[in-house]
Amino acid sequence: MSETLAEPEIDSETDTQTGTRRALTLALQGEVFAIDAGTVREILDMPPVTQVPNASPFANGLINVRGRVVPLVDLRVTFGMERRPPDEDTRIIVIETLLEGEENILGILADKVLDVCDLEDVSIEEAPQVGMRWRPEFLLGIARYNGDFVILPNIARIFAEHLGTLVTESR
Amino acid sequence: MSKTILTIDDSPSVRQLVAMTLSNAGYQVIEACDGADGLAKATGNRVNAVITDLNMPIMNGLDFIRKYRAHPSSAGVPIIFLTTESDDSLKAEAKAAGATGWLVKPFKQDQMLAIMRKVVGA
Amino acid sequence: MSPDPADTFRQEARDLLEALEQALLDLSQDHGNRDLVDSAFRALHTLKGSGSMFGFDEVADFVHEFETAFDRVRKGLAPISEELVRIALNAKDHVQLLALEPGEHAAAGTPILNELRALVSDGRGADGEEQSPEAASQEESDASAIDAAGWRVRFKLPADAIEMGTNPMLLLDELRELGPCEIVASGEDVTALDEHDPLGRYLGWDVTLRAAVPQDAIEDVFLFLREDMELSIEPLAPETDAEPEPADTPAEVATADAAGAPRAASAANAKAGASLRVAAERLDELMDCVGELVIAQARLSQIAAGSQDVGLTGVAEDIERLAATLRDTTMGVRMVPIGSLFGRFRRLVHDLASDLDKKVEFVTTGEETELDKTMVERLADPLVHIIRNAVDHGMETPEARRAAGKAECGKVQITAVHSGAEVAISVSDDGAGLDSARIRAKAEENGLIAPDAKLTDHELFQYIFHPGFSTAQEITSVSGRGVGMDVVKRAIEGLRGTIELTSKPGEGTKATLRLPLTLAIVEGMLVRVGDGRYAIPLSAVEECLELPASEVAGTSGRNFLDVRGTLVPYLRLRDMFGTQTPADLHQKVVIVGSGEQRVGLVVDQIIGNAQTVIKSLSRLHSSIGTFSGATIMGDGEVALILDVAQLVSSAEQQQRRAAGRHLELAA
Repeated sequence: MSETLAEPEIDSETDTQTGTRRALTLALQGEVFAIDAGTVREILDMPPVTQVPNASPFANGLINVRGRVVPLVDLRVTFGMERRPPDEDTRIIVIETLLEGEENILGILADKVLDVCDLEDVSIEEAPQVGMRWRPEFLLGIARYNGDFVILPNIARIFAEHLGTLVTESR
Repeated sequence: MSKTILTIDDSPSVRQLVAMTLSNAGYQVIEACDGADGLAKATGNRVNAVITDLNMPIMNGLDFIRKYRAHPSSAGVPIIFLTTESDDSLKAEAKAAGATGWLVKPFKQDQMLAIMRKVVGA
Repeated sequence: MSPDPADTFRQEARDLLEALEQALLDLSQDHGNRDLVDSAFRALHTLKGSGSMFGFDEVADFVHEFETAFDRVRKGLAPISEELVRIALNAKDHVQLLALEPGEHAAAGTPILNELRALVSDGRGADGEEQSPEAASQEESDASAIDAAGWRVRFKLPADAIEMGTNPMLLLDELRELGPCEIVASGEDVTALDEHDPLGRYLGWDVTLRAAVPQDAIEDVFLFLREDMELSIEPLAPETDAEPEPADTPAEVATADAAGAPRAASAANAKAGASLRVAAERLDELMDCVGELVIAQARLSQIAAGSQDVGLTGVAEDIERLAATLRDTTMGVRMVPIGSLFGRFRRLVHDLASDLDKKVEFVTTGEETELDKTMVERLADPLVHIIRNAVDHGMETPEARRAAGKAECGKVQITAVHSGAEVAISVSDDGAGLDSARIRAKAEENGLIAPDAKLTDHELFQYIFHPGFSTAQEITSVSGRGVGMDVVKRAIEGLRGTIELTSKPGEGTKATLRLPLTLAIVEGMLVRVGDGRYAIPLSAVEECLELPASEVAGTSGRNFLDVRGTLVPYLRLRDMFGTQTPADLHQKVVIVGSGEQRVGLVVDQIIGNAQTVIKSLSRLHSSIGTFSGATIMGDGEVALILDVAQLVSSAEQQQRRAAGRHLELAA
């Protein structure tokens, strides 16, 4: 179910041709991100968060999701964005995804959850190498939707980076 | 590194039970519905053991055992056959064909697991 | 979710009965068609087999008789007639009823079967009166008397056994499961190397099994080979004052029996009384549920405590009591004796010793000590490693031992014992002991200690647990390189346990593991540091003190407390966790122990004790080290569980750094 995110390499050509993805879009500091809707388990209002001392700011919180202890990750850290305190629009998107062969449940912080949409008829372009302020390997690609750019983050890759387990890639 | 076991039975319910029991015990399971299907899957995959019914359409269990034993990839692979007969002549025939052991139906799940531990280990 | 197998069977029975009906109807048109007879017979056969598998005994029993009668037709002993087809169709309809509405129609089957038998018999009456399988097993089950103190088992496999899928090592393992074995391979058939056929037979075995098990249990090991192999089983003479011991590990005997025929299994069942086999996975599920229940119960108690409703309070108390009982019972069910592991090590020591030309006696005590099954499973690898080290590095060669005035045969002993909520497992050898000079040299070489650092031997030995620290002068084929004691230590800490080494030169080395009884739930002490709440496993807590006024303002200078004359290092968790909020006026110190080390943890407040259901941390957080897991508290929030062993070792490091600075200053 979560194959797409688990795969570090997405064949963008295939996606361009057959290209339909059901995605959940969310806003982070004015940018629109999209994650594979198939991996989303639920969306929560901001619950009490337990801080994990000395953890990376990317994932320094734990929340209780129906009896499970789930790490809360903040993509704003990955993409060098300002971390504003939560407000009434803040949500947590709970996703279930295979990361390095293990089933993982993660909470992803969103400034606002926007929409569930089919990213069809839109090309999923490979992340442009130039002019990007973000590390391209953290992106699966950029899609266009309703005239806007939608960023597809590579959760597996971002996760691996924070585990420090990333094996040097053969180019 | 879990072991792969091929189960061949024309009865879907028995196949399901065998597959469920084995995969709960941590084995990988491949299913086949008759001897011919089983032979293709046994020779086309790396299997660590085979559990086969004897009485099946298209290719019966005895023929499967003979043909599989004629194939080099079967060397050292235990073959357990399922039998309802307490009939010794059938047992002897299957053993002569190259079977390693047998399991008398009806069996309990843990009896089957004990047999699998006996022939392939955990 | 996979469908209910019984439903699958009913569906399958419908299909098979349809096929049977079709074949019977076609037969009535074409009396001589053997293929139709065969396909009808096959349908019956499959139906019988799967019916009995899924508990449709009435179906299986009836179809068995039906099949027996029809077998005569198949063998050409009875002719196919219109009458036969009619009765067979009646029988088929009856099977359908039995499959769909069990327990209602069994009696109606007898006249149908009688008709059928009458039709196919040749006047000798029905010949299908085989014993039902239950009756057979009943009769045989009382055959297994224990009548020897042990057995000498000699066997030789048929020439093609290995090629035909028999693995002799697994056979030997099964024998070992029955009890301690001395195994000698007899090499009389060993061929010259160039003719060596890896799949052919080249060995027989001679096994002395020292356990009073029934002969049947041994025969069952060779269940599939008995007719084709050479096997002799002779009772051993009873030992001097031999009151023959009952099999010391009934559970294992039962396992081995189950591998054999049903009759052996039923004998074992009779012995074990009303015991029940349960899939391990279901126990895990049960434990998970109990964990959830404990959390929910804590929540309920909290709500009830804030309520005026007497009824609610009463129910909450009942639930609390029930949950505690259920938790204890569930944990008890999951306990298995550690002896099941020890058996494996006997073989390991034997093989290692013979590979290394050493003489080693292996002694085990405390096999009956019980631990959570997951714990036992996860202890296997670390213990193998420790035992390997003991035999390979600890034990001297027979010559060296003789030269040192010791017995040629060394001893490796593994001991398990309960102590409070912990189990202590120790592996000791009477070998040469650790070479503290060499460890010191190595630690200095790796820059772990200053050349002039003053360390006791005991402190020095703990460096063996550092990554990449191996003092073996040469890499032997046995211990090899790669996995070191650091991996063992991490594995033990992963089980929330500790490991400690003690050693005396010339007298030997002892590794002691201390482990909690279970991995799932611990009693915890909840504390507050700043805004965060943390749980400390209560088993590690030794006492709680108020932080003396003299230390409150104290900065990094000397972090020691005088606890009744002993200096105990302490850690300020506020500093470790980077807490910003103002500290409480009266900070507390929780003294925790790990092995022989003690350390104080300075916290803002001690909240109280709580049942702690341990949830493991995701890989994002497991590497931080300070925390061994997390738990969910009564109010639904998450609290981290402090990793005491880790905190103690970081206090030690802090102490050493301070000592190092001190030395530098002095120099």
